[in-house]
Amino acid sequence: MSKTGKISKFSITNNIRKLRFHANEMTQQELADKTGVTRQTIVAIENGKYVPTLELAFRIARLFNTPLEEVFSFNSEEDPNK
Amino acid sequence: MDNKEKQVLVTAISMILIFGGYSLYVYNNYISEDLNIINDFKFWGKAFLILIPVSIVAQIIIHIVFAIINKIVTNEDMPAITDERDKLIELKTIRISHWTFLFGFFLSMGSQAMGMQPWVMFLTLILSGFISAMVSEVARFYFYRKGF
Repeated sequence: MSKTGKISKFSITNNIRKLRFHANEMTQQELADKTGVTRQTIVAIENGKYVPTLELAFRIARLFNTPLEEVFSFNSEEDPNK
Repeated sequence: MDNKEKQVLVTAISMILIFGGYSLYVYNNYISEDLNIINDFKFWGKAFLILIPVSIVAQIIIHIVFAIINKIVTNEDMPAITDERDKLIELKTIRISHWTFLFGFFLSMGSQAMGMQPWVMFLTLILSGFISAMVSEVARFYFYRKGF
């Protein structure tokens, strides 16, 4: 990011855990099965260790019937040196 | 520790056991009897060609046994699918493994350029193959555990 824009650091957070809870306490395994990934990948996404591809992000959002922005949030910091 | 991490550990440990066992077998049965054999190209050709299928078959058997034991102990099935995260980790580890092996390949060719004996080249090649595979498993474990 720093090569082309002013954003130096960014993080992507998500509300998947909360959305699962509101979806009849859906388990990680159920979400994994419905989105075609392993439970370990869902665990990694929830813990912020893995940022999913756009395809998987849309699949998760569609499953919860919510816009993508309500599932994932993009947080960036402006680089003070730029 | 999840199943993917356990699988990586099993692969790494079995790799050490297979490579160590095979090296010991070759040393005891061939090299210790006639030290001159280490400069014989035919010997190294056979050693490489036999190690590859032996290693593949042993890895398959070890993983089947591990999956059975894991199912009995934890009552969990091994993941049947390979998803996007697995594929990304695979790509990253292949790249690390490739560069490690390439470094070993340059060392082995360097040994010949410096006029060393042929066994140095073959030993460097076989060791760089083993080390690159180990580095790849360590990287895989790191990516599964810490993320990327």
